[in-house]
Amino acid sequence: MSLSIFFQNLINAISLGFLFALIAIGYTMVYGVLRLINFAHGDIFMMAAFFVFYTMTIFSLPWGIACLVAIVLTMLLGLSVERVAYRPLRNAPRISSLCSAIGVSFLLENFAVVVFGGRPKSFYCPEFFTKTFILGGVRVLGINFVTPLVSIVFLSLLSYLVYRTKNGLAMRAISKDFDTARLMGINIDRTISFTFMIGSGLAAVGAILWASRYPQIWPFMGVFPGWRAFTAAIIGGIGSIRGAMVGGFLVGFISIMLVAFLPELAGYKDAFIFIALILVLLFKPEGLFGEE
Amino acid sequence: MLKVDNLNVYYGGIHALKGISFEVEEGKIVTLIGANGAGKSTTLKTICSLVKAKEGKIIFKDQEITNLSTEQIVKRGLVLIPEGRKIFPNLTVQENLALGAFIREDKEKIAQDQEWVGELFPRLKERWWQKGGTLSGGEQQMLAVARGLMSRPQLLMLDEPSLGLAPLLVKEIFEIIQQIHREGITILLVEQNAFAALKLADYAYVLETGRLVLQGKGEELLQKEEVRKAYLGE
Repeated sequence: MSLSIFFQNLINAISLGFLFALIAIGYTMVYGVLRLINFAHGDIFMMAAFFVFYTMTIFSLPWGIACLVAIVLTMLLGLSVERVAYRPLRNAPRISSLCSAIGVSFLLENFAVVVFGGRPKSFYCPEFFTKTFILGGVRVLGINFVTPLVSIVFLSLLSYLVYRTKNGLAMRAISKDFDTARLMGINIDRTISFTFMIGSGLAAVGAILWASRYPQIWPFMGVFPGWRAFTAAIIGGIGSIRGAMVGGFLVGFISIMLVAFLPELAGYKDAFIFIALILVLLFKPEGLFGEE
Repeated sequence: MLKVDNLNVYYGGIHALKGISFEVEEGKIVTLIGANGAGKSTTLKTICSLVKAKEGKIIFKDQEITNLSTEQIVKRGLVLIPEGRKIFPNLTVQENLALGAFIREDKEKIAQDQEWVGELFPRLKERWWQKGGTLSGGEQQMLAVARGLMSRPQLLMLDEPSLGLAPLLVKEIFEIIQQIHREGITILLVEQNAFAALKLADYAYVLETGRLVLQGKGEELLQKEEVRKAYLGE
């Protein structure tokens, strides 16, 4: 493999790693506050892509505006899912909300099949995204510049929010102890809603970047990215935001580098991701950055 | 300041509080003593709405608060320092204090109060940026009290502040309670350490399996034979 192809793959892997990180954070944040794996997260991600698609086709809004609208709609979707499917079960055994999460996942997927149709639709993205640039012999797609930049902006915003604002402080407090957080005057319901909105918003950003990279959208497009991001969150240590980022990168690197270096094993990509998961769980069950 | 009237609380099928009524006068230290499982913690939790009462009324500063949320009650100046410290181990000392001040918006005053609790608990000040979970038991209790003070309570309820502390620290905690009281904060103290609590309190209630069985001035109860026998081990 020549150096330029290696760099090409490296850039690709970084870009994909950021994408998984964006999605994985949604899993990890919800788990952090509710101790619940939000299995509908991948489908919320899928809905975001359709929100962009329909805002553009029905209301003929420009792409940029459509993306903003879609992010807001996805945040509202996340908020409603929590209201309808998780909040009533908050004091029920954990298995109930887990079943509810799987139910929401199926509901969203099948809703999409019925309403949007099962056939893939092509996703519009600005020309710059699909253009190939040649830098010192390395071929780089526009989207591979955009993804890391956009991700860094949103991940920095997220860090600021979680570590520097009152809402973030409230989130970190309720992740430890609901009752004591209440005694501090924190509104638990509002903080949980907020968490779902942030997680879903990041999933929407991820979905737009994802669909610009693989420009076809269909009702089950969230399933595999969802599983991989979920795996990334577990590898990094579920509940840890830093862990989700690192896990996301790891999964991104495995996905790209395996195909690049061992093309004959490319079909086993997911198997390798899950082997990595099993290894981490065997030797560090709380994940790389998780709490014991 | 606080008036509790005929409070009845059930945990599942267990009748935990069987119609208790008591009062906390403004500016006083009132204590609730009793054995394990008498319902002391339940009483405090019910007052700040972490546990819902089936029957009864709670009145704070002439307003009924029985059906308010914990958040609203805290905002009115009724603050509980829960049993077992319950500091946030994943957050720094400074962040724990910031959570105490969560309901407040007056940034300058908050900063002043941080200084104030720093003076009150010099040991915390040295550990400002340390995670709460790395503090010793005594330091965690200090942090819990400091955090409670950051809410600027008018009535501060403390649930077993001396639990699990070495004798020297117990003494220190009780001195601090007195100091807080001198700052003009009314105190409702729940304690298993009946002797120390009665010595400190203006007025005391004795709770036994969900009922109030005795009340009186702290000093008076200290003299009573049944109290000495049951709670002071004489």
